[in-house]
Amino acid sequence: MYNRRMARYVLRVNGQDREVDAEPGDSLLSVLRYDFGLTGSRYGCGEGQCGACSVLLDGNAARSCVTRVGSVGGKSIVTIEGLAAGTSGSRDAGSHHLPGLHPVQQAFLETEAFQCGYCTSGMIMATVGLLKTNPNPSEQDIARLMDRSVCRCGTYPRIVKAVRLAAERMRATNAVAGGPR
Amino acid sequence: MTAPSSPSYPSPEIERYELSEPRRYVFELERRDFIRLFGAGLVVAVAAADALAQESGRARPQGRGDTPDLAAWIHIDENGRAHVNTGKVEIGQNIRTSLSQTVADELRVPVAFVTLVMADTDKTPFDMGTFGSMTTPRMAPVLAKAAATAREMLIDLAASRLHVDRSALFARDGQVVASNGLALGYAELAKGQALTGTIASPPLDAPAAWKIRGTAVPKVDGRDFVTGRHQYAADVTLPGLVYGRIVRPDAFGASLAAVDDARAKAIPGVSVVRDGDFLGVVAPTERAAARAANAVQARWNTQPGQPSSETVYDYFKKNAEGRAQTPAIESIQVPSGARTFEASYRIPYIAHTPLEPRAAVAVWEGDKLTVWTGTQRPFGVRTELAEAFHIPEERVRVIVPDMGSGYGGKHTGDAAIEAARLAKAAGKPVKLVWTRAEEFTWAYFRPAGVIDIKSAVDANGRIVAWAFDNWNSGGAGLQTPYDVPAKAQVFHSTKSPLRQGSYRALAATANNYAREMHMDEMARALGIDAVEFRNRHLKDDRLRAVLAAVGQKIGWPKPSADGRALGIACGTEKAGYVATAAEVSRPSASSGFKLERVVIAFECGAIVNPDGLKNQVEGSVVQGLGGALFEAIDFADGRVRNPTMEQYRVPRFKDVPVIDTILIDRKDIPSAGAGESSMICVAPAIGSAVRAFGKLDTALPVRLLSA
Repeated sequence: MYNRRMARYVLRVNGQDREVDAEPGDSLLSVLRYDFGLTGSRYGCGEGQCGACSVLLDGNAARSCVTRVGSVGGKSIVTIEGLAAGTSGSRDAGSHHLPGLHPVQQAFLETEAFQCGYCTSGMIMATVGLLKTNPNPSEQDIARLMDRSVCRCGTYPRIVKAVRLAAERMRATNAVAGGPR
Repeated sequence: MTAPSSPSYPSPEIERYELSEPRRYVFELERRDFIRLFGAGLVVAVAAADALAQESGRARPQGRGDTPDLAAWIHIDENGRAHVNTGKVEIGQNIRTSLSQTVADELRVPVAFVTLVMADTDKTPFDMGTFGSMTTPRMAPVLAKAAATAREMLIDLAASRLHVDRSALFARDGQVVASNGLALGYAELAKGQALTGTIASPPLDAPAAWKIRGTAVPKVDGRDFVTGRHQYAADVTLPGLVYGRIVRPDAFGASLAAVDDARAKAIPGVSVVRDGDFLGVVAPTERAAARAANAVQARWNTQPGQPSSETVYDYFKKNAEGRAQTPAIESIQVPSGARTFEASYRIPYIAHTPLEPRAAVAVWEGDKLTVWTGTQRPFGVRTELAEAFHIPEERVRVIVPDMGSGYGGKHTGDAAIEAARLAKAAGKPVKLVWTRAEEFTWAYFRPAGVIDIKSAVDANGRIVAWAFDNWNSGGAGLQTPYDVPAKAQVFHSTKSPLRQGSYRALAATANNYAREMHMDEMARALGIDAVEFRNRHLKDDRLRAVLAAVGQKIGWPKPSADGRALGIACGTEKAGYVATAAEVSRPSASSGFKLERVVIAFECGAIVNPDGLKNQVEGSVVQGLGGALFEAIDFADGRVRNPTMEQYRVPRFKDVPVIDTILIDRKDIPSAGAGESSMICVAPAIGSAVRAFGKLDTALPVRLLSA
């Protein structure tokens, strides 16, 4: 009786089609973490109130813990693992200027905008979503637009700096490339 | 009694933890054991009682048979890399980096050559736990000595290899270098060796000579956090893993009356586990486990008449525990003619709300239990597990992946015990991740309390008597730093209707709130400037220094604009000295108040990592805003009435004011921990500022009473 509503879904995650058997009301976060092993998206509250589970849906930040699997068909899903396309995965412990990071990841790393790091994936995804709609946010804009993402360690001032740094670099890159697309 | 069954839970005060005895740790190594354990190289062991420096352990022959209690050890491997084993836990307070800096500095290697193995009870020495801001003052100095000992051992090895006197050699950048230019790398020196030493009294760098300590070394594994690659306990997977959920009681103190699990068991692969009042499910997937837990119909017998968040303060005073103590207020002698001030402050329970909820992965292999879980007390949780399952501690292994924070809230092994119980029933490894609602209800809280103060001031504006009674919230920060001729300060231990335990800075936040608010009230009533009033009673130059620094930065006593107000507070805790000032505004007469700016000055001796310290201090201020401005557990009838992130508000981006952080670096004073004490004056700074707008509620959070 409990399998009656089960259905097979094909989700486009980090550029790949992936299949999962789920009920339509199951959370996207649960599928990402438990079916696809993409544990970089974190469970924080399950209420859509903390943002630790944020991913990109067609480029917009969304809370995967309150996103139903049945509602994402056909949309492009990007998680923290897929953010830096072409990440080599190679590690060089001596250097902090590394290839293969998205500018937002690089900015968070350089400003050390975290302590325990549990909110970091979600903060980065929320920032990518924010910069898509507002490439040059003021500090007030950031506080307003990120207000539903929680850093319990209280590194908000650093996150604001990281967002501004990433925004500045992405604007410069886009200017060279002929403006935002 | 309202706490769930099973292990004894810690009391809120750190001093009580310190009574626990570390177990004896046997450490004698034959060469073959050494090679088996470490490969090769050299190892420097740090005895727990290291302060009693032992004889030089250089190249000591094996088999002496001494069995020191180890606190840590450092292994230099055949690649010249250092592996540091410590039972401390990384919670986000950045000790993986700061301890790496310490070892790298004394060993004369880059930070990247140092790897910390932390908090694995099979691999790291016993450690009481990571709390009380003790890592920097206690663990860092012994690791410094161990690293320096290793360095001296390497110099000895080089001296014998090069046939020169050791005084002609020095260590630099992973090499031992001779004055004639010959150099031997640590890798070459360690190759094929099986040397152990216990730390002696090697020459240590004075803070002024630090090269890596004292600098803003980036977090050593920062990249793993920005890529999402770091694995917290909830991210650990094992072959054959199944998923658990607990069916929680209706209320605190409830006992299980009846269970109907037919609907749950109808879900394929689901089993239901009942053991006394413990009720849980195991399922092949996480979602099936959640559905099964919801499908279990349980009836609970609840206890009527439990205190509520409104009545708990009276409850405390009527339910003292242990030796009855005369309230300070009744015992203090007030000189005749002195003006007296009396006040009572109420401190609600608050929740740690770590963003990472409790989680555990447990597996039984034969009679050996291994659990991955987030806890600040890996060895304490090992004991809890051993007791819960009646097995020797040697058969329990607890591994703590670097945690998604704790703030004092993860001292217990609740999720570990639950996951292990389910795994035992299932015969398979089980993962259990608490929901946010479970975290808000079934974890433990920062103790609530009542603080009564009575003080007396003479005609010259000097405090002549000081009585301070704290009911339940705790003894940390109880003692006033002010110079008062007659004082009585008493902590009254009482029953608590809610489970309570440690919290960042413990009761120092509550006690400093009440004390500093009272200092402010007296100064106002006497018409004396609040800084001047404090300085009259302060002999401690370090406290005066932070107070002066904050006053200067915020422009005390003049707010930056008309209609704004300033408040200030200072205190000392765990060898850290802090002063905090706040500026508030009142956007409209009916709108309460708005926090505009916080200035904090903090001094904790010699600074190890200035950027890490700034991050901690700012984070403390932001976390302190929660208890000051909104946080309070609302409860009645054994139930939490605000168990969601939506209802229980923690500080968010928009709540954060301008924060100016002043760090005072005292190279002449040993480093103290800094993860806690910087939060203790946030609430009284804000509270005393808001007083300019009207009378306050005597309970936290700070709230203006409507006129």
